[in-house]
Amino acid sequence: MTSEANLHLSWIPLLALTGATVNGFFGKRFSRSLVAAVALAFCGAAFVWALVVVSRFSFLPEPVYSEPFAQWIQISGFHVEFAFFLDHLSLIMLLVVTGVGFLIHIYSVGYMWDDPSFYRFFTYLNLFMFFMLTLVLANNYLQMFIGWEGVGLASYLLIGFWFTKDSAASAGKKAFIVNRIGDFGFLIALFLIIQHFGSLNFTQVFDAAGRLPMETAGAGTMTAVGLLLMVGAAGKSAQIPLYVWLPDAMEGPTPVSALIHAATMVTAGVYMVSRSHVIFERAPMALTVVAIIGTVTALFAATIGITQTDIKKVLAYSTVSQLGYMFIACGVGAFSAGIFHLMTHAFFKGLLFLGAGSVIHAVGGEQDMRKMGGLRSKIPWTFWTVTVGTIAIAGIPPFAGFFSKDEILWKAYQSNWVYWFVGLVTAFITSFYMFRMWFLTFFGEYKGDADRHDSHGNDHGHGHGHGGVHESPMVMLVPLMILAILSIIGGWVGIGGRFEHFLAPVFQTGVEAAHEVEPHSSMEEILMLVSVAVAVCGLALAWLLYVKKPQLPKQIAEGMGSLYRAVFNKYYVDEFYARLLVKPLLLGSTNILWKGVDQGVIDAALDGSATGANEVSDSIRHMQSGNLRSYAGWIAAGAAAVIVYMIWVGTR
Amino acid sequence: MVPLHYYLVLSGILFACGVTGFLIKRNIITIFMSIELMLNGVNLSFVAFAAHWHALSGQVFVFFVMVVAAAEAAVGLAIIIAVYRTRETLNVDKVNLLKL
Amino acid sequence: MLHLTLFLVFGAVCLAGAINLLVQRHPINSALSLVAVMAALAGEYLLLGAEFVGAVQVIVYAGAIMVLFVFVIMLLNAGEEERTRGSHIALLIGVPGMLTGSLLIAWVLLHHSGTEAVGIGALPGPPKALAQLLFHDFLLPFEVTSILILIAILGSVVLAAKPEPSQEKEN
Repeated sequence: MTSEANLHLSWIPLLALTGATVNGFFGKRFSRSLVAAVALAFCGAAFVWALVVVSRFSFLPEPVYSEPFAQWIQISGFHVEFAFFLDHLSLIMLLVVTGVGFLIHIYSVGYMWDDPSFYRFFTYLNLFMFFMLTLVLANNYLQMFIGWEGVGLASYLLIGFWFTKDSAASAGKKAFIVNRIGDFGFLIALFLIIQHFGSLNFTQVFDAAGRLPMETAGAGTMTAVGLLLMVGAAGKSAQIPLYVWLPDAMEGPTPVSALIHAATMVTAGVYMVSRSHVIFERAPMALTVVAIIGTVTALFAATIGITQTDIKKVLAYSTVSQLGYMFIACGVGAFSAGIFHLMTHAFFKGLLFLGAGSVIHAVGGEQDMRKMGGLRSKIPWTFWTVTVGTIAIAGIPPFAGFFSKDEILWKAYQSNWVYWFVGLVTAFITSFYMFRMWFLTFFGEYKGDADRHDSHGNDHGHGHGHGGVHESPMVMLVPLMILAILSIIGGWVGIGGRFEHFLAPVFQTGVEAAHEVEPHSSMEEILMLVSVAVAVCGLALAWLLYVKKPQLPKQIAEGMGSLYRAVFNKYYVDEFYARLLVKPLLLGSTNILWKGVDQGVIDAALDGSATGANEVSDSIRHMQSGNLRSYAGWIAAGAAAVIVYMIWVGTR
Repeated sequence: MVPLHYYLVLSGILFACGVTGFLIKRNIITIFMSIELMLNGVNLSFVAFAAHWHALSGQVFVFFVMVVAAAEAAVGLAIIIAVYRTRETLNVDKVNLLKL
Repeated sequence: MLHLTLFLVFGAVCLAGAINLLVQRHPINSALSLVAVMAALAGEYLLLGAEFVGAVQVIVYAGAIMVLFVFVIMLLNAGEEERTRGSHIALLIGVPGMLTGSLLIAWVLLHHSGTEAVGIGALPGPPKALAQLLFHDFLLPFEVTSILILIAILGSVVLAAKPEPSQEKEN
């Protein structure tokens, strides 16, 4: 379905790639301002062009646009091409990625200014934009997979940005490896799709899948594909059981956490599942699995978030939990609600991360919330923007989070009240720990030591002992303000089902919607009130525990004893994985692969052949003994051998 | 009438004795003499076959073998003399400096 | 009958001389037994009708080469052989090898023992025919061997010569 107009979609990712290349090859010689200018220019150009494309797209007759770029694989019967594809779903993703990405680029200029590897950061950041845009604008699964892998790579590079630090390098590796496990599932799903449909192109696959009947038995190709795609999404979007990399990924610089692990990369899983909705709708069992994974993850991560003391870890677990919400939405068939939440989450989570970065910058690198407090008066701009983000994530109207979260809860209720109930409890917990973070950071007495000059924090470039707690520069504050505005108004596009209507051309193909878009029913309004009440209760509880009676948390923790410790240690999941998987794997590869195969077989073969040659020649050397009689003996023996041979040949 | 193979057996035995002497003896001159014995055995074989096939070229070959044996004996003995001058011994086992 | 007897007599002398060569410890004894072997072989040649070869055998081989050997033995005053430990290889591999070879040859010969007999004096032709052959068909080898002899003479003179007097004076 190509239209005559050429929107030059390909320019968007290519601009980002150019920025990465220029900075990558020449950035070392550039001055800091030039590097920043190059990075911002290309990213900004991509954003501007995205806006142009969107406006032009709205004038196209059809809500789908495809732009071929190059041929790739051409085996008989199987074609894969590089092409760019735009429909309403990828339009939203495109705007989110380029918009929020651009804002974070601006923020990073200020945040990373003192870092010696300034140009490397922006190279990786632009590279990440390129891959993410390839993922979002792809028109076939294989190109999406390229983007998928590429953002994994960029994530590894950026998490381990300060690679001289052991924990950062390990976190990068962990992220990449755990992602790879998910990618394995994704690949097998691709193979199944190729085998079943003979193509990886979205339109072709979904057209063919649309003609298939529903698989109600809970087994069949579509179910398999759906489950495997979900494995890939679980890896990329940090769901159970592959979420363990996301908290560790906080080792990277805060803009990285904001961009990759809040707004864009982790949402790739949700995007992929939504894009494949035709397949999922034919496999109700897979959808149920998706919903269950989302539900469990949301609750699980939220409970861990209650006890964390590192401000970035709180936000990391919050991200995992919110992603769980998006998967609940997808799992009950409300894909547009999931995408809605994706969008608002990008706004307020990006805001929260950038705000946290601003706080960390202000206190000279300290990330432990117990050493913060009372920052409200010292960094007012940061305080107000983070407040907006916190209210948004808690789901209090009229901020953005309320609309999207409520949409999800409503759709979940219509499917199965258990999903709704767990989502409600999670909303309560979310509100609680977010306001806990808010209170601990900004209220009370300042318990840190940035006022003294010997502060050294986790974040590398921030032990710059400016002297005292100080507000961030404007270049960091402006993106915060823009995101705060978006967190307020971003939800209003969903009022009255407009968002769902916008995405209807995408999601209405295939199985007809499980339920029509209803106007507000009274049940929905009651549920809305319940969720708001729950959010406010969370706020109240946090206020009680951290402002009114600050000695209570400690008593509760001691009272809970081992339960508290379990939650504080993230339910020992990392240790469990280490014991179950990592240790045997390391043992196996050390003993079998390294000592057994590499040293024992390969090295031994080479060394053995060398030693063998040595020994053979050593033994033969004794033949030349200078002794005439032994020479004579050998000659006689040789002559006998020749005679034997000649007789044997002669008598044949 | 003597069958041919009698001559050949005799020739073979002479040759075998020559080889054995070459292997067993320690005096270099004796070893040389064993070589001459070998050559003689071979000569006998040549002449026997020449007689068997009524071909004269067998004898001519014997002629050449003798010439070569003479030359070789002369040179070999000269070498033995030269070695004796330096090593003062005719025992082959003592002349083993050319070893690895 | 006579042929066979004469053959056996000469053959016995050959064998006795060969075995004596092996057994004797003093090289001079070995040399003399070799002379006996050569003489017996000359007799064999005569039996076969190769008079020229027989004569040359006695003149050149027994008369010149063996004399040379005896000269050298006496010159070098070779004594009885010492019993030194030599090489194991010679005894371990060489002798079995030699035995194998000879036994195999013997086996082959016995298998093909149905050959026709060689008459006494069976070889044709006087020495004149031999000379024809030598100087017509085998002229090249003949000339080459003469050069070979020349080289051998030169070589042995050089090798066996005493060291230069000037070098001796320096020493």
